[in-house]
Amino acid sequence: MGTPVAISGADPGTAPAPARSARPRSHPVLMFVLRRLGAALVTLLIVSVLIFIFTSVIPGNAVTIILGKSGTPQTIAALEARLGLNRPLFEQYFSWLFGILHGNLGNSAVALAQSQPNPSIAGTIKDPLMNSLILGGITAILLIPLTLVLGALAGIKADKPLDHAVSIPSLIFAGLPEFVTGALLVYIFFTSFHLLPPVSLVAPGASPLSTPKILILPVLTLLIVAVGSGVRQIRLGMIDVLQTDFVQFARLNGISERRVLVRYGMRNALANSIQTIAQNLQYLVGGIIVVESVFAYPGIGVYLVNAVLARDTNKVLAAAIILAAFYTLINIVADLLVVFMVPKLRTELV
Amino acid sequence: MTTLAAARGPKGTLSGARSALSGILRTNSGRVGVVLLAIAVFICLFGGFFAPYSPTAVVGLPGAPPGQGHPLGLDFIGRDVLSRVLYAGRSTLLLAGLAIILTYALGGAIGLIAGFSRSMVDPLLMRGIDILLSVPALLVILLFVTGFGSGSFVLVIATSLVLLPGAARIVRSATLEVSTRGYVEAAIARGEPTRSILTREVLPNVSGVVSADLGLRFSWGIILIASVNFLGVGIQPPTPDLGLMVSENRVIIGTNSMAVIGPSLVLATLIVGMNLVSDAYVRQLDRSGD
Repeated sequence: MGTPVAISGADPGTAPAPARSARPRSHPVLMFVLRRLGAALVTLLIVSVLIFIFTSVIPGNAVTIILGKSGTPQTIAALEARLGLNRPLFEQYFSWLFGILHGNLGNSAVALAQSQPNPSIAGTIKDPLMNSLILGGITAILLIPLTLVLGALAGIKADKPLDHAVSIPSLIFAGLPEFVTGALLVYIFFTSFHLLPPVSLVAPGASPLSTPKILILPVLTLLIVAVGSGVRQIRLGMIDVLQTDFVQFARLNGISERRVLVRYGMRNALANSIQTIAQNLQYLVGGIIVVESVFAYPGIGVYLVNAVLARDTNKVLAAAIILAAFYTLINIVADLLVVFMVPKLRTELV
Repeated sequence: MTTLAAARGPKGTLSGARSALSGILRTNSGRVGVVLLAIAVFICLFGGFFAPYSPTAVVGLPGAPPGQGHPLGLDFIGRDVLSRVLYAGRSTLLLAGLAIILTYALGGAIGLIAGFSRSMVDPLLMRGIDILLSVPALLVILLFVTGFGSGSFVLVIATSLVLLPGAARIVRSATLEVSTRGYVEAAIARGEPTRSILTREVLPNVSGVVSADLGLRFSWGIILIASVNFLGVGIQPPTPDLGLMVSENRVIIGTNSMAVIGPSLVLATLIVGMNLVSDAYVRQLDRSGD
């Protein structure tokens, strides 16, 4: 049997990475991690400035919209003062940023206008955030293996019946808006068969996990859309790898097909797969906004949409920055994972 | 110099479109896509002419199931669902169409300038665009609506801002590649003004990659517009709109599910048709490229 090492210079799993043997003075991976974290923080900071500008400078000051016709110049000025809107914008931004860094998300403009007893946003956003994490977490746990297995199978069996059985539905469902998929699922599982509830209501303070039935349709909707788009990319990555010279060579050397697929195929498709999964998870951050609204599931997406409808700018700001932070976090984790799991890329960092 | 560019560039628009269509029709999925897309676009643009009732007239009991004179039943306040579905696609398709035009106008210009500049302008423009990609697409639109209100104009601008980074990246990388070709260097050597180099030599030769990207981006635009309307922060009632209809009629899905299924199917036909056509077109480009 031929020695795989000799023919697989491109196979990062067996070839020692030159960077490791060179032992440079400053640790390249550590530097890379720090640089990525720094870049992510800068991005998040710029995004926070933009989000802040969007929700504060622009016409139709939130206060006038919230108070509506009942607002007199006096009540408007009073509410503006309570929200700190009469201060210069940059001062407002920094006091908001300072608050965020101390876990204080500010006060709800609407709650202040209606003089509710506890206008703090941090208190009202905790439960929705938890609910969304439960929905997103369950989806992610199912999403990752499903995408990888279906995508790899379709890639290995490219243009065979199995590939078509996977690829055609994923082309169709990856394209549909979440609310269309959701509505069709409700039609099938509620209207036709009365199996599952059409809305996913959760009592305030209760956990959705105590009634797992309500999670099925939201998770299924997210899965159908996300798996569809992920499968197509994993499939293409697999096809690309299987067409490379080193895979052809391994086959010619008589290495068992199973070993070729696992050691040569999947291993080299790894970097692409991690990126795809990261995009999938990032998709969830946005997709959750629509899916929660479809099923009236009390998560951060519904919280955000309600805040937008009420023009409660502080709430929009809080929800938006949390979603943006998750989005950025997924990106960094994926970048770091790729570097740790694919040694070939590490040598390019130096 | 135009002849040089034309010799290498795509064929004339008409014959180019004809050969593209015949390429798409060669595959089964392409044929299905063309039929679905044609049906959906026809319903969206001209459906209103065939509507039996006014889309805003209350004609019977709310949530009445399909029956005499109302093949799709009545909606949550008693309007004819069929009439509303026939009208409802126009807003979605037109807003997405405008957003796409704006996307390629702005994103194309940014990509051309960034790709051709060979200076600090390139990284500056591209990093600026990357910022838009560091936030979920729908969130950008929601923030826009929070700031500027939910007018059609705002929706179009916000949607095109979300679609723009990808378009600009594609145009930029194609421009970078085209810029190193002989005919572009010849034009630079002749001392042609940059603007005419960009419009006469570069633009015709990046139009191929743009056309490959167009279909998927358009369907993404439709999804975004429809989703924003579904969330209730876009087009406002009583205007008939596909996304809005799905969300309005969710409460009566038990009595007249057609009020939800009807608009969903029109959207699905439109998007699936668009994706199949785009997929077949890209495959045909790949084949002719080999």
